[in-house]
Amino acid sequence: MREMIEEKLRAKFGEDIVSVSESRGQASAEVKRDRIVDICRFLKEDPALRFNFLSDVCGADMLDFEDVSARKAYLAIEHEHRPVQVPVEERFLVIYNMISLENKMRLRLKVKVDGDKPVCPSVTSVYPAADWYERETFDMFGINFEGHPDLRRMYMPEEYEYYPLRKDFPQMGVPGSIPLPRK
Amino acid sequence: MANSSQDKDNVAQIVRALEDKDTSAALQDPLENYMVLNMGPQHPATHGVLRLLLKLDGETVVECVPELGYLHRGYEKIAEGSTYMEFIPHTDRLDYISPIANNVAYALAVEKLAGVEAPPRAQYIRVIGAELARISSHLMAIGAMAMDVGAMTVFLWAFREREKLYDVFDLLTGVRFTTSYTRIGGVAQDMTDETKAAIRKFIDEFPKYHSEIIRMLNKNRIFLDRVVGVGTIDAETAIKLSFSGANLRGCGIAHDLRVFSPYLVYDQLSFDVITETGGDCFARYMVRMREMLESVKLVRQALDKMPQGPIKADMPKRVLPKKERVYNKMEELIHDFVIVNDGIHPEPGESYFATEGSKGELGFYIISDGDGHPWRMKIRSPSFCSLQALPTLVKGQMVSDVVAIIGSIDPIMGEADK
Repeated sequence: MREMIEEKLRAKFGEDIVSVSESRGQASAEVKRDRIVDICRFLKEDPALRFNFLSDVCGADMLDFEDVSARKAYLAIEHEHRPVQVPVEERFLVIYNMISLENKMRLRLKVKVDGDKPVCPSVTSVYPAADWYERETFDMFGINFEGHPDLRRMYMPEEYEYYPLRKDFPQMGVPGSIPLPRK
Repeated sequence: MANSSQDKDNVAQIVRALEDKDTSAALQDPLENYMVLNMGPQHPATHGVLRLLLKLDGETVVECVPELGYLHRGYEKIAEGSTYMEFIPHTDRLDYISPIANNVAYALAVEKLAGVEAPPRAQYIRVIGAELARISSHLMAIGAMAMDVGAMTVFLWAFREREKLYDVFDLLTGVRFTTSYTRIGGVAQDMTDETKAAIRKFIDEFPKYHSEIIRMLNKNRIFLDRVVGVGTIDAETAIKLSFSGANLRGCGIAHDLRVFSPYLVYDQLSFDVITETGGDCFARYMVRMREMLESVKLVRQALDKMPQGPIKADMPKRVLPKKERVYNKMEELIHDFVIVNDGIHPEPGESYFATEGSKGELGFYIISDGDGHPWRMKIRSPSFCSLQALPTLVKGQMVSDVVAIIGSIDPIMGEADK
């Protein structure tokens, strides 16, 4: 299944497919950010694939992400440990989970988003369901989806100035960031 | 004479003031106006703290904007700071109508990530728990929907049955409401013969009460007038808007994750995927009604087939040991200490696992960095996606139908707001 998807994607998009992998039996592909809309349209419309059901879009902040098991291995043999820094232009991930109802397949697409200028094309033109998913991702990570019809915050108040799921946002929240209602 | 000129000045002043406040249109043609109605967040028919802004033309809804976030507790952030085990009680609070189904979905997602498999007996117990939770959830959905359109009796009947289910959950898990029943690699406690007998009693009696509800509603003119042909959505739009679960099956699409990608022991049990073709509130109601009988079938088969054996996987590094052994054995004490304080350490990587929850596709996407707590956990909640379709569903309907439509898509705000 993964081979078939990889073959089709590589034949159509070539260099724009960064990598295709399989982890825990699930296929996932990393693609270039600028081509995500075209790739989604292709995946949705190709008769052998027909990924017509977008089940989820979410973000992830990879700031200072490191493999902990590698750190522990370093400690064990008393080497100095240097964590691999994720470059700032690859700080955020946007992850698309999609299903093909006809062909009974799942696929995960990933794009990397710049940490300084978090912008990503919106796939709402292909999958209307992405509307709220992208709003939620914007709310939680501050990733701006270009071409989104109505990019507002999903959960937090409109005037809230932080993005809570970023790794530099403290777990306990910022005191006083949400004003209490006046009595 | 002086007085009349003063009057004229006054009138001109009033008109100017009104024009400044942009009410001139109202003066010209009051009947052309739209009215904006704020429904919720505290409204008895919105099933929680859902807020809808409705733009009305007379009684017809022109536009609807749902506002979410009144129950946002930041569970995805909480998950990043707690171990995999610590997050289990939080899953109860997602879809608080069917907590066991969420426990099962979460445990399966973590097990997929960590490469653990629960023993057969635990899998059967999980199926039974999840299906009973589905019955409980559908009863709530139907009761609340019927009450929203005026059939108070059904609400009381449904709650009488749910009360019996809560007694069953009490026996099975030790608590009635927030069960926290599953563990990574198994379930918290075994199912006793007393529990088995109670479940059997419930599923033997339930079809009788189920048919009472059918008799009460399915030929009821008042009920049918309120739901048939209301809130219709076609299959194509439903897929576009990522409807899932009973809502999607009400549009005639036989998509059920228990068949699509079988998990637990669903592939060894026989049941039908219920579909209805109407796509309206009545179809969604009928799917839920018929699914409850399928769940009864599943529970009965699972009770018959359930083998004896352990209820937790034998993986000391990943699965909590038995409590009595923790008190007596050194090794188990160490493992218990490490798992509780440091957590299990799945291999770095990512995994998405979805189950057919009571409301639809309930999925957990987890990125692990090899540490005791997830690097990122995303909860794919079905109610959130169902609510996204609400503006499409209510457009062109009467304002009184909005409550019937909300009832029929069965959103739970604890899950939609996370």
